[in-house]
Amino acid sequence: MTRMVEAIGAFGLKKVSSAGRLGMFLLYTLRGIIYPPEKFWPVVKQIEFIGPKSFFVIGFTAAFTGMVLGLQGYYTLSQFGSESMLGSAVAISLVRELGPVLSALMVTGRAGSAITAEIGIMRIEEQIDALECMAIDPYSYIVTPKFLACLIAFPLLSAFCNVIGILGGYLIGVQQLGVSEGAFWDGVNSSVVWKDVYMGMVKSVCFSGLMIWICTYKGFYAGMDEGSFGPEQVSRATTDAVVLSSISILISDYVITSILL
Amino acid sequence: MPPSDLIQIRGLNSFYDSRQVLFDVRFEILRHQVTVIMGVSGCGKTTLFRHLTGLKRTGPSEILVDGQDLGMFSETQLRTYRRRIGVLFQSGALFNSMSLRENISVPLKVHTNLAAETIRIMSIMKLNMVGLSTFSDYMPSQLSGGMRKRAGLARALAMDPEVLFVDEPSSGLDPITAAGLDRLLLDLRETLGMTVVVVTHELESAFKIADRIVVMDNGRVMAAGTPEFIRNSTDPRVRQFLNREADTQQVNLDSYYRCLLEEER
Repeated sequence: MTRMVEAIGAFGLKKVSSAGRLGMFLLYTLRGIIYPPEKFWPVVKQIEFIGPKSFFVIGFTAAFTGMVLGLQGYYTLSQFGSESMLGSAVAISLVRELGPVLSALMVTGRAGSAITAEIGIMRIEEQIDALECMAIDPYSYIVTPKFLACLIAFPLLSAFCNVIGILGGYLIGVQQLGVSEGAFWDGVNSSVVWKDVYMGMVKSVCFSGLMIWICTYKGFYAGMDEGSFGPEQVSRATTDAVVLSSISILISDYVITSILL
Repeated sequence: MPPSDLIQIRGLNSFYDSRQVLFDVRFEILRHQVTVIMGVSGCGKTTLFRHLTGLKRTGPSEILVDGQDLGMFSETQLRTYRRRIGVLFQSGALFNSMSLRENISVPLKVHTNLAAETIRIMSIMKLNMVGLSTFSDYMPSQLSGGMRKRAGLARALAMDPEVLFVDEPSSGLDPITAAGLDRLLLDLRETLGMTVVVVTHELESAFKIADRIVVMDNGRVMAAGTPEFIRNSTDPRVRQFLNREADTQQVNLDSYYRCLLEEER
């Protein structure tokens, strides 16, 4: 009985300690914005890794999502004789919801896992210790450029996802299923208002912050929370980062939607 | 002028969670000398190394650097201390995505306002010191372990540190390369007056380069003094280490079985 209480207490303390470390990690990362070294080119390099190199996976996902939306939307709307609303349905679904969420999940899987692995390997090979011993703030040098790059790249990727998704819906709805082209684009134009775009952008910024915070934290402290060592540190950290980021994105999606709607 | 204390370790105790690994460690690191910390694997050398480089938090009054308490350093003071030291890790700890020259230029770019060309030249000079100037554009993955270690040393010397900490410099190196590294460490002391702290278990290397030797066992300092003093030590554990004798203690079967059963439970 005593051992069980001790175990619960130890578990609780460990989780509280991790939560504190997570919070301090964010503070050090934000502080790194004003700390040396100079950030411009490192941020550009990270934007290039997170942004353009994700175009293919985002585009692919967005195209097929738009096509499925077009297909499903057409058959649902045709039951009410409202096929002409297909453009509105596809556009609003993507701009408000699917664009930010799907692009966030895809980038988490692609770039987030790579970032966690990269930083995790730096941790196990003592490269982060080497930076500290060179009096270089590792948060400022490694984490902050990725953080800033993600905040810049995510909304752009989300917008890209929206455009490709709408085109995918157009392809199926108009070209294949015969919805009026004018009605489709008129629906897109009239139904998507600033509030929808704003909601999508707020979501993508929040998702990017959450993803990069979790992925860089997991890599930076690889093994410390999981109690693993060596290459297993990195693999567990990467898995946990992707899972935790995805769950956080989905939960925050609900919270943001309920606030902004 | 007799060498003065640069770093005083006064009763250092260290823990990993509740497990104590260093017990009341006391010795001095003198300026402009090579101090070698020796001992069997698991004796606490690397933990001590991490305390001296500020990577592991030190308690108050346990380590003094130039009379100042390392355990009470603010972030700024710790950063100032680290700018005075260079550290070579056992694996080299090179940044894999950068060439050797880029690795060495990292501290120069962050801490100085030197022009890019000057930094490039200084990086090549540092690589030349360790015999790697022709490999400046190579990536760490393209080099052997020994070459990576030498490149790590070049990076540790980039800012001309006052104190150089070296963790297991000879591990994984062939005798010729190890001897070259030993010669380099001695040159650094002789020509630049650098204070060098080496953690190793290589006896031959230690006696070749050391001005002072500290022998550790089970987290405690067994003996500290000149190489001659250590060679003449009558401490049984020090003698066993110097004579490279295996442990001969008999296993108590009862406690062994109890240990096995506790593990299983």
